[in-house]
Amino acid sequence: MFGQLLAWFVAPGRWSGGTGVPARVLEHLGYTALAVVVAAAIALPVGALVGHTRRGGLAVVGVANGLRALPELGVLVLFVLLLGLGLLAPTLALVLLAIPPLLAGAYAGVAGADAGAVDAARGMGMREHQVLLQVEVPAAVPLVLGGLRFATLQVVATATIAAYVGLGGLGRYIIDGFAVRDFPQMLGGAVVVAVLSIVVELVLQGLGRLVTPGPDRLRLRHRRPAGPATDPVPVPSRKARP
Amino acid sequence: MRAFGYDVDQLVVAHVVLAVVPVLAGLVLAMPVGWWAHRSPVARRVLVPLSGALYTIPSLALIVVMPVLLGTGILSPVNVGVTLTIYTLALLVRSVAEALDAVPATVTTAAVAMGYRPAGLLFAVQLPLAVPVLTAGVRVASVSSFSLVTVGALVGIDSLGTLMTSGFEQDYAQMVAAGIVGSLVLAFVFDALWLGLGRVLTPWSRARAGV
Repeated sequence: MFGQLLAWFVAPGRWSGGTGVPARVLEHLGYTALAVVVAAAIALPVGALVGHTRRGGLAVVGVANGLRALPELGVLVLFVLLLGLGLLAPTLALVLLAIPPLLAGAYAGVAGADAGAVDAARGMGMREHQVLLQVEVPAAVPLVLGGLRFATLQVVATATIAAYVGLGGLGRYIIDGFAVRDFPQMLGGAVVVAVLSIVVELVLQGLGRLVTPGPDRLRLRHRRPAGPATDPVPVPSRKARP
Repeated sequence: MRAFGYDVDQLVVAHVVLAVVPVLAGLVLAMPVGWWAHRSPVARRVLVPLSGALYTIPSLALIVVMPVLLGTGILSPVNVGVTLTIYTLALLVRSVAEALDAVPATVTTAAVAMGYRPAGLLFAVQLPLAVPVLTAGVRVASVSSFSLVTVGALVGIDSLGTLMTSGFEQDYAQMVAAGIVGSLVLAFVFDALWLGLGRVLTPWSRARAGV
């Protein structure tokens, strides 16, 4: 079996052309990026607004949890049957599935911003939109990124299934392989998509660490003492942040 | 009940069995692994990221890899069952470890002082107190299990997902919608069951709330 798998990986044309692994990986990442960006453009503002006003929080959590129970395969197939084959229907289905974690992350992050900091910002005379953009949104970054990670992985996984309704990407190897009972091809596709999702997860984790202030930011903290002493304000106040 | 040319009862039973058994199996397996992660920081540093990585792998890929790892046939429902068990296990290892962490040290020290041995401490004191966190984890695992079980239909494993693939082939949207609604209803019914079970197992939380 491993021999056949290896043979699949080194077969001619496997690493070039429109049906080669690199092209399929790019397709897969393309669908994923498109769906996540559109979903973020919808879910993040709504989540942030609800978190800021604290009105409709229960509804957001309810909708997010309800959407989470939707079977991905059914949503994909139904969208395609209703809207026709092509890129639009599967992309809309992927967007729908990426919304709940993003919405929940933005809502929880903004609503969970330190009440003292929000109060202080209002006391300093900030307007509501300033409070939201300058205090609550920065505080929400870690949870938003958590939601983004989860949404992205969800979409990478569901984009694999979307090969069934005619989308390209790495799921093609599995679906096409199953159609002709070509097991090495299915297995090869499965291995590539598994590796891709783990790499995506690691990249997003690294990104999260890079933009998250606080004790997680080990590398930046190491760099600080070596920097020039141009900062007249003592550093500890910064480190005290949770 | 027959509908859309299928024995729907049979599909529902297959759906429930393939979704629920892995959740139970994953929960049972997660107990010792989570306990280990709770006890040993080294084990935790390996086990938690490892379960995270397993959880990351798309379901269709895991289902397809299973025949190689297990020696099962490509059409065997066991592939779906083991895949969903792995997801549950991956999700709950962290839940179990964190639930055990959350048991107050005063409670465990008091139990030790009263003469509880490690096993008694775990089963009579720590696990009951961990139930609320565990219930939350099991509910997440269960909901996603009911939805992911349909993916098996792509490689010929029956569940309500069969209505989705068959509906797609026949261009029959109502059939697909029936599959979606059925899967949702089953997920919500079992979600309510887990919630109720969690309440029954923690009578003190209701007493405290004054209900």
